[in-house]
Amino acid sequence: MSKNFTVKILRQQTQHAGSQWETFRVDYEDGMNITTVLQRIAADPVTVEKKETTPVAYDACCLEEVCGACTMVINGRVRQACSALVDGLLEESPTGIELRPMTKFPVVRDLVVNRRAMFESLKKVKAWVRVDGYYDLGPGPRVSQSTQEEAYPLSRCMTCGCCVEACPQFNDHSSFIGPAAISQVILFNAHPTGATEGGARLDVLTSDGGIADCGNSQNCVKVCPKDIPLTDSIAKAGRDATLHKIRQWFGR
Amino acid sequence: MAKQHVVVVGGGLAGLAATMKLAEAGVHVYLISMVPVKRSHSVCAQGGINSVNDLTRQQGDTEWLHFDDTVYGGDFLQHQPPVKEMCDWAPKVLDLLDRMGVPFNRTAEGLRDQRRFGGTLYKRTAFAGATTGQQMLYALDEQVRRWEAEGRVEKFEYWDFLGPIVDAKGQCRGVVAQDMFSMGMRPFAADATILATGGCGLVFGRSTMSMICTGGAAARAHRVGVHYANGEFIQVHPTAIPGTDKLRLMSESARGEGGRVWVPRKPQDSRDPLSIPASERYYFLEERYPTYGNLVPRDIATREIFDVCITQGLSVEAGRQCVYLDVTELAAETQKKLDGILEIYEKFQGVDPRVVPMKIFPAVHYSMGGLWVDYERNDATGGLVLGSPRNQHSNVPGLFVIGEADYQYHGGNRLGANSLLSCVFSGLIVAPTVENWLKSLPGRSADDQPVSLFDEAVKPHKNRQDELIHNPGTENPYKLHEELGDTMTCNVTVVRQNQQIESTLTKIEELSDRYRNVAISDKSLWTNQNLSFTRALGDMILMARVVAQGALQRDECRGAHFKPDFQIPPPDTDDPAGLRRQAERWCKAFKEQNEKWLMTTVARYTPDGPRFSYEKVDTSLIPPRPRTYGLKGAEIIEEVWRGMTKSSEKAKAGAGS
Repeated sequence: MSKNFTVKILRQQTQHAGSQWETFRVDYEDGMNITTVLQRIAADPVTVEKKETTPVAYDACCLEEVCGACTMVINGRVRQACSALVDGLLEESPTGIELRPMTKFPVVRDLVVNRRAMFESLKKVKAWVRVDGYYDLGPGPRVSQSTQEEAYPLSRCMTCGCCVEACPQFNDHSSFIGPAAISQVILFNAHPTGATEGGARLDVLTSDGGIADCGNSQNCVKVCPKDIPLTDSIAKAGRDATLHKIRQWFGR
Repeated sequence: MAKQHVVVVGGGLAGLAATMKLAEAGVHVYLISMVPVKRSHSVCAQGGINSVNDLTRQQGDTEWLHFDDTVYGGDFLQHQPPVKEMCDWAPKVLDLLDRMGVPFNRTAEGLRDQRRFGGTLYKRTAFAGATTGQQMLYALDEQVRRWEAEGRVEKFEYWDFLGPIVDAKGQCRGVVAQDMFSMGMRPFAADATILATGGCGLVFGRSTMSMICTGGAAARAHRVGVHYANGEFIQVHPTAIPGTDKLRLMSESARGEGGRVWVPRKPQDSRDPLSIPASERYYFLEERYPTYGNLVPRDIATREIFDVCITQGLSVEAGRQCVYLDVTELAAETQKKLDGILEIYEKFQGVDPRVVPMKIFPAVHYSMGGLWVDYERNDATGGLVLGSPRNQHSNVPGLFVIGEADYQYHGGNRLGANSLLSCVFSGLIVAPTVENWLKSLPGRSADDQPVSLFDEAVKPHKNRQDELIHNPGTENPYKLHEELGDTMTCNVTVVRQNQQIESTLTKIEELSDRYRNVAISDKSLWTNQNLSFTRALGDMILMARVVAQGALQRDECRGAHFKPDFQIPPPDTDDPAGLRRQAERWCKAFKEQNEKWLMTTVARYTPDGPRFSYEKVDTSLIPPRPRTYGLKGAEIIEEVWRGMTKSSEKAKAGAGS
């Protein structure tokens, strides 16, 4: 008899509907991950009670943890479904695997949430390098190896939402912009051309929902799938924001 | 005249490059994508982007040599003017990306670092760790976000493109798309439509491509009349990590940085690979291809891995096919440059590739073929007339195609690190083309077209959706997809035999019939992924037919299309005079093959299946020559070929005077 295991999924039909659990039994395969589990359920959407149901809605795209789409709460921990391997999850929780949508974003359906707010935050902090245009204007600025080595890890942020899901300060009652956007401020302010809009970015961080709202729980850095040094970024943003304010008081 | 609009479908590298360049010119863009554009498949490109650079230039490299490597690697199947233009632009594209903040790796002096990639002898490839595609996509995404904040770009993310709107005169007037949350459909009136919708890897079930790479958009354009070219040319990447849901790419950069491919000489040697002495290891690429070694072009590396595993039975494991890709001998700082891809291996296989050789096998990776597009040749430069409304323009007026979705740049086989270049390049050059197209439109904009045109365009999609939802069928769409993927992967990938392709076409016919009987388990009209997938499955079946039928008809070996029954027998004798005679025979056969098959395959849609015709390829800049990687008597073949082409040129010149 083949080995199988149970997967309990918190489901929700529409944005405004209530949620309920459904449990599925899935045959084990070597090297299986959660996106495979969801594919197998989609092909045969029948619960353990033999109730016919619909395929579970979920976001997924690259399946190799570089796009950030398939983020969800798996066995109580926020992470990507593609890189969550069943072997490890069953070790954590031998009685079965539990999936639920992220809690800090509006649920669209089942495991799909709307993370638009994160992209809006990137707009707010001007997360771009303001170049003169897209004509051929010669090479970019020279960048030292050490600067590149600091920028690259920050630039790997997939806007997946793990950090804000784990952040106690990011919730319905606060306007906190969250660790991901703060870290992007550090990334763009460190770029020679990006720095030209550095002041405007720090203005955002020194206003409502900015850096002062960070409660320093340090949860963000623990759940980041790309090991981005988010707390270092936040500490640096705090110092830069303070200096920025002081300069403003003294009229530069 | 009402305001003009452009619709860009797809927000990967090509779509974003086109969007930002159009926004810069003040053009209003609707950007439509199935996923938030930051999650597009371009993020999966790992290794880098090719360009001649200051260093290689001083070693004798030129734009021309980049161009030559690209058409030679592609087995001369590309029209040469667009490829030449692309290679000429590469240094400019690199500079632009650099200015936009892509964190390219640096040398000690602060310059862009470069590595070597397949199919070339120069270090032409700039890279950002091992996630170059992701980093480039993010830079373009950031630029587009800036224009979005300024109101020039309107994004429609989680919207599924259902088809172009074509008026009675055959001109494209926009698109119909569906909100994937509310499932509401609406027309987008546009004066120009640009498809940047990527490849069709999911036709093969599992591949290195993302879940969204179904080829659905291309099929939907094909169905209303856009031709599809060179569909049979599908790149199978030599090195991927086998998986249950996806075959994850292990970038060519692993070999570019010195990684070596090998198998134990003793079949299924059960020893710890590191304890196997060098003399008992078979470094088959290095032995068979001393010049390029592990960096032969992809089609060749893939076939060699197949040959070693399947013909010679030397797979590392008995139960499944795989070879070692070994980076354990590399210095720690070199391994560090590969962190992004080594992490993927470690995460998905649970083994650290820095200390244990990786186990890899080829996987479907890239569609060289794509929607047919035109170009205008600049006779003075041999490249393109920039801004010509013909560039990247499909056969349907007003509909342009760029990126992996077009067929234009890679011929029979794409060189590593040329795709990021072709995507950004085609995105950048389509912008002035579209601007000029917009200027050329007489008087009226799409907004002035009768409302009925757009209302009528939505109706068939609504009807089709109703039919699908209420279809009283029994077939499971996910199982049909699995069967489609299995037959395509088995019979229409690395080694192709006509009999097997015919059986696949019969299978596709069967799947097509069963698809009519497909059942949707989710009848709701809210975020219905079951419905979106099932619709795309119909498109994949259509694409499968274009690919398989094209492969069946092309009786030759070219680039990634390998049919052993039609291979020109390689010279095999050791006798010098005999070798020359064989080389002469080889060259004669090669010449005949080119006369017959150096042609673009063009598929036209008909309800009864694709109809094929063949178009001559513009090889006016670099005359085709034999691709002799690893061939016995390669030098003699090349010499004979040079002699043959010289005498035919003389004959031509003589006839002309």
